[in-house]
Formats: sequence, C-alpha cells, structure tokens
Amino acid sequence: MAGLWHIERSTAVSRAALFAAAPALAALLALPAWGDSGDMRLAVEISYYLALAQAWNLLAGYTGLVSVGQQAYVGLGGYAFFALSVLAGVPPLASLALAGLAVAALALPTAFIVFRLRGAYFAIGTWVVAEVFRLLLALATPLGGGTGMSLPVTVVRSLAESSRARGLITYYLGLGLGLGTVLLVFFWLRSRQGLALTAIRDSETAAASVGVDNRRTKLAVYLIAAGIAGLIGALAFLEKLRISPDAAFSVGDWTANIIFIVVIGGIGSIEGPILGTIVFFALRALLVDYGAWYLITLGALAVAVMLLAPQGLWGVLSRPLGLQFFPVQRRLRLLDSAPHAAPGVPAAGRGD
Amino acid sequence: MAWANIVLQGALLGGLYALFAAGLSLMFGVMRLVNIAHGDLIVLSAYCALMVVQATGLHPLLSLAVVVPLMFGLGYALQRGLLNFTLGGDILPPLLVTFGLSVIIQNALLEGFSADSRRLQAGALETASLTLGDQIAIGWLPAIVFLAAIAVIALLELLLYRTPLGRAFRATSDDADTAQLYGVEIRHVFALATAVALAVVSVAGVLLAIRTNFDPSIGPARLLYAFEAVIIGGLGSLWGTLAGGVVLGVAQSVGAAIDPGWEILAGHIAFLLVLVVRPRGLFPKLAD
Amino acid sequence: MSLLETSGLTAFYGDFQALYGIDLRIEEGETVAVIGANGAGKSTLLRTVTGLLRAPAERIRFAGAPIGSLAPSRIARLGIALVPEGRRLFPSLSVEENLQLGGQCGRPGPWTLERVYRLFPPLAGRRRRPSTALSGGEQQMVAIGRALMANPRLLLCDEISLGLAPIVIRDIYAALPGIRAEGTTVLIVEQDTNRALAVADRVYCLQEGRVTLEGIPAELSRERIRLAYFGV
Repeated sequence: MAGLWHIERSTAVSRAALFAAAPALAALLALPAWGDSGDMRLAVEISYYLALAQAWNLLAGYTGLVSVGQQAYVGLGGYAFFALSVLAGVPPLASLALAGLAVAALALPTAFIVFRLRGAYFAIGTWVVAEVFRLLLALATPLGGGTGMSLPVTVVRSLAESSRARGLITYYLGLGLGLGTVLLVFFWLRSRQGLALTAIRDSETAAASVGVDNRRTKLAVYLIAAGIAGLIGALAFLEKLRISPDAAFSVGDWTANIIFIVVIGGIGSIEGPILGTIVFFALRALLVDYGAWYLITLGALAVAVMLLAPQGLWGVLSRPLGLQFFPVQRRLRLLDSAPHAAPGVPAAGRGD
Repeated sequence: MAWANIVLQGALLGGLYALFAAGLSLMFGVMRLVNIAHGDLIVLSAYCALMVVQATGLHPLLSLAVVVPLMFGLGYALQRGLLNFTLGGDILPPLLVTFGLSVIIQNALLEGFSADSRRLQAGALETASLTLGDQIAIGWLPAIVFLAAIAVIALLELLLYRTPLGRAFRATSDDADTAQLYGVEIRHVFALATAVALAVVSVAGVLLAIRTNFDPSIGPARLLYAFEAVIIGGLGSLWGTLAGGVVLGVAQSVGAAIDPGWEILAGHIAFLLVLVVRPRGLFPKLAD
Repeated sequence: MSLLETSGLTAFYGDFQALYGIDLRIEEGETVAVIGANGAGKSTLLRTVTGLLRAPAERIRFAGAPIGSLAPSRIARLGIALVPEGRRLFPSLSVEENLQLGGQCGRPGPWTLERVYRLFPPLAGRRRRPSTALSGGEQQMVAIGRALMANPRLLLCDEISLGLAPIVIRDIYAALPGIRAEGTTVLIVEQDTNRALAVADRVYCLQEGRVTLEGIPAELSRERIRLAYFGV
C-alpha cells in the first residue's frame, strides 16, 4: 500500500514566496547596520502588531473567540515585567520570559470566567476583564498606581550598558517575537492540531462530531494568544521605559488597531494579517496629519471590507488565483500518474 | 456612613443603567445583535441634545422632543441601511461592523466637538432634593431618571406584549423564517426594533448629559455598564434588566463609599461574581 | 387559468439538486395531494412555492402571475399560506397570539379567531396558554389555524399527520371539509398515502425530485402508486 500516494504540502507559489521573502528577511536582520533608531523602532512596532494580529486571527478566525480584551494581557505582561524586574530584582531578560509565562498562567482562571459567555457577549466580557485588570493595577501603589511608573536606571542598565546595545537587544527580540509568532502559527496550522483548528473554523459541530475536543483546543489557543500578548507587553513597555494603566490597557492601541488589521487584511489565513499590517502602517503614514479622520477612515474601511469582502483583502486577491504563500494544506497526490486532487484552493474564511 | 443613603443612591443610579441596557436588550432579543456602538450612540444622543439646547435655548428635558424622534429615525436607517446586511448566521460581521461604527462615531464626535467635557444645565433640578429624616436625601434628578426607567420599561413591555408589532418582534425573535411566511416583513421589523432601541438610548443619553459630564470617549464604558446590567438581570427580561441595573448601581455606590478608586471596579466585580455563580443572571427568561 | 402552476421547476440546496423539472397544476377549489417518500422533494416543493427557496420567476405562477423570485412575505400577502412541517409554532407566543400573528398580513376573508375556534374547539379553552404547552394534535390545530388566519387562496399543508396518533390525525383531517367549504384551495403533502388519497381530488407522486405519477385517486391502482412512490 505504501508508495501509492503521498501528501503534498508546498505549492509552486509558496516555494516562490519563500525565495522572494529571503532577501527581505535578510534586509530586516541587517537593519541596525543601514537604518537609524527611528527605523528600528518602527520595525519593532510593526513586529508587535503583526504578532498580535496573528494571535487575534487564531482566536477569532479559527476558534471563533472574538476577544475585545487582549489588551488585558498586553498590560499584564508589561506590569509583570515591571513587577519582576523592579520589585523582585529579576534580570530583565528573564523577566521578559517569565512575564509571558505568568500572563499565560493568569489567562487560565480568566478563561474559566469568560468562557461562560458566547459570541458577542464573550467579546464584551473580555473587555470587562481587561477593565478590571486596569482598575486593579491603578490601585497598586508599588507599581505606580494611577499615574504609573518609570523603569529605574539600574534596571535599564542591567539590560545593557549602552543605549545602542539596548536598542539592538530590543530590536532583535521584537523582530524575533514577530517572526516567531508567524512561524508558530504556521507550524501549528500545519500540524495535526492545526487540522483541528481549521475544522473548528469551518464548522464547530462537524469538528466535534469527528472527535475534535473543541473546548481544549479553544483553551489552548486562548492561553497561547495571552502568552504572546504578555510577551509583547513586557517588551513594549521595557522599550518605552515607562508604564501606566491607561497606556498598558489601552483598547485603542492594543485591540482596535489589531482588529482593523485582521479584518482588512483577511481573517482566517496567515497571509491576511501580514497584508493587513502592511496596509495599516501605510495608511497611518499617509493620514498621520489628519488626526481623528485617520481613525474614521480605518473604521469605515473595516466596515466596508466586512460588508463587501468579508474574506478581507487577502481573500479577494488569493481566491481567484488559489494562492497560498504559507502552505498549510495537505493535498492528496496519487503516485500512479498525474495528480488527482484539484490544486490547493485556500479554504473559505469563517462563516462561508 | 449612612449606608441606607448609599444603597439608595446606588439604586437610583441603577435606573440610568437600566435605561442604558433596555435598548441593548431589545436589539439582542429580536435580532440576536449586540451593538458594540451602543454606548457611543448614547453619547451621540447627548451631543444631539447639546446641539438642540444650544440652538434653541430649551431646557434639556424638552430637547427630548427633538432628540427621541431623531434617534428613532437614525436607528431605522442604520438597521435598514447597514446592520441588516450583517445578519445571517456568522457572529463576526455584526460584531466587527458595530465595532468599526463605534470607532467612527467616537472620532467623528471628537472632530466635531473636541475632547472637552460637556454637561447640560438643568437648573434647579440638578440640586433639588427631598430629605427623609437626617440620613436620606433623594435628589430630584436621580428620582426622575429612575422613574423614567420604570416608565420606559413599562412602555416596552406594553409594546412587546400588547401590540401587533410586539407580536411580530417576538415571533421574529423565535423564528424569523416562519414569521415571514405569514407576511412579516423581516427587514422592516428589524429596523423598527433598532429604531425603538435608539429611541430608548436617546432618553438615556439626554438624562446622562444632565446628570454627568460627558465627552466623546465615554461611550465604551456605558456599553459595558449596559451589558453588565443585562447579564446580571438575566437575558430576555426587561424588568430583570432594571434589577440588574440596580445591583450594578448599588455595587458601584458601595464601592465608592469604601474608596473612590473602587467605584467602577466594584461594579465589574459584582458582574463577574454573578457570571461565575449564576451565569444565567438573576431573573433569566430566555432559554438562550 | 390554474390557481397554481409550476413548469419545469428546479430547486437547489447549494450544489445539491432537489427538484428536476416539476410540472404541476392546481385549479381553484381543488384539493391536491403530493405524496412521496422521505427526500422525494415534497417539502422542497413547498419551500419553493412559498419563497423560502428562490426560483426563476416564471417557473411558478400564482393566478397567472410569476412569483418564483418573490420574498416569502410578499407571497404570503398574495394569498399562499403554509402549515409548516413540524408545526413551527412560536414558543414565545400564546395560542391566540400565534393565530393573531397568522392574520397579521391583513388579508380579508372568512377566517377570524372565532371561526378558527369553531373549527378547532379544543383551542378555545387554551387560547392564553403558551403554544408549546399543548399536545401534538392541538399544536397541529394551532398551526393550521394560524395559516387559515391569513385567509389564503391556497393553503399548503406539509405533513400534518407527522408524529400524531391515528385518532388525532382523524380529528385533524375532519377539519378539512370545513376549510374546503370556504372555497380555499388545498395542497396536501403527505407520507401517509391513504389519508392523502382519501381526501384529494387529484394526486401527484414525487420520487427523487421528479413527478412519477399524476391522476385521480379513484383511477389509480395500488400497484401503480407503489411503483411511482418507490420507483423500483
């Protein structure tokens, strides 16, 4: 029986994409050499948003958990880092890692509460939880209370002596987080657990009927998304050197923008959030002088996309051509003669 | 500490929260649609009242005569022109479209009115109060708000249970497909539900504008309070929503008395407690 | 001109074809039965006629006018009412409210609440009860009454005997003469062939989305019906 068929993963397009991406990646890695600190900060910011977008996409696009409360975990990550490095004296790099873990751990009891809600009520429930964390930390005087606190010089210096060295460390960590999240999502979706995720995305009842443990899978995704957000919060506020409840738990910064990125780029695929991040930062550069009009445009664009092209820009571009840069599908290829399966068509986004 | 007074003030505040929540409850009941822009629409009503008052010099309560029909019409147009197209099974479109709407409204108000804090002047009404004994003072304004909540909910119950439109609302909520088979024009019914919801929202908005300072950014918090009142009270019951509002108001009032920083937190914690201990709320009706 | 006429009617659920060109006609005042096994396409036919499933406008004509592409609420107001399979009463509404909802489209005609209660006496005493608190037979009565309240020219009955005991079915069908007496045209879809044949002026048999038999019950033999039903 063996040898009659094999599973194909990559397509011609994905192999081509890999070739095209390589020089871009190399340029990014070498950025400190040819760019200035402003470029580096922008690249890191893009990385954060990309990572958060991928995580939110996993939540909303694959497990149907539409969270409007991920800012809770970004903020908690930031505060965990400050608590560990300032109050407990843990070295900064270790604090970063531990902050991510701590946040993922905190997400467990939180899930116990919010998973009691469904759909839109779940969304608002996560928002309430984020508010609770914000208010609690505003009462925490050791961490600066309502006005927040700055990172003490001693802690800053313990990361690295020179500001250039610190810049490099945060740059590569940030980049690593961004790329790492994309790769994590990619390999997860390729794996057997990924099949479960895609099944849940397409139909929860059908997935459950073939033995997928919806609850466990959703919980796993929720915890991982929280951990990613926590790591980003920790790193972002290390970079900013200052934290406050309003900045840490800002819905606008950490959630609204992410939602717009994923919606406009395309829910339910890996490429969507990447495209969305690019569009978001392009729009921001274009409209930076127009204040509130920038956000109005973003909101209107998201509404329009949701109504007219719910699969997002990536869905519109990739569907007719059957594109997939990140090969997560399996296609059955019979080895007797020509391949019998139809070329891999990107699966429909949620709700199709 | 006059605890009786604190609880009473909280209960009266609950009337305002119930007004926030009633519209949300109606829209969810009829269409299973949760409007993330709900709080921002309350704030929009407040700004509409502001414009009316500035243009005509009317007393804020009289501005209701303009704002309520205006928001009714806006609700109809919003549902018919936009939100109807998001309904149809998947939860993402209505959520994300109303989320986008929320951002649009907040920023449009910011553009139009700046971030300055505003308040509508209601004259003597704001400070007048009835004193009972030496511990309890009932402000006229909070009392009016609470009575308004009762009146609105009573009217809504009348609408739902004693009119053909209310029958259509409930039938559509049960089974929209079958309702159509008997001539119920679904798109129109949905639009009317949102119109009524926004009329209620506008009452809440005007009363909010008199009671507290408002600015474009306070919408989301109102959404959260409305939502919490609905969940605490129990889905599907409007009087339950009033009870939920009261519980929320009392929790906030007690929290504030302990420490001002605990005011809002106490409310959220009360909500989370109810969610954990009695997830269906205190007076649930819907088997949802 | 027939009251209802379909020509070459096809119907799809996504990619799945359920009806393969149905030609069917009902004259005003007739009682027509459509029989067939599960999955034959009977309910699909009714869904298409009532507009729940869209069809090309010309394929279905009601009193001469094409209705295939109209919305269900429009079709209801034109005078077609369905008693849905499985009753599908509104749980939030009482018995009387369910009936009133049926009449909400405002079509004039002989059917009023009082007239419906006379047709189905058990309902009169239970009018304020939640509709789901009734027995299966009584719920079926409510469902039929609800459709009648719309004063339809054409009443469609989808498997009204489903899930009911024979004695109850007999009571339900006993109401049919009263309905016909008001001039209402009736289309009955049934799996219970005997019942259908006993009341119908004409019968159609569907099998896998196609009409396999058409005729007057008295002129059709058991054998012909069996062959048409099962298509062996």
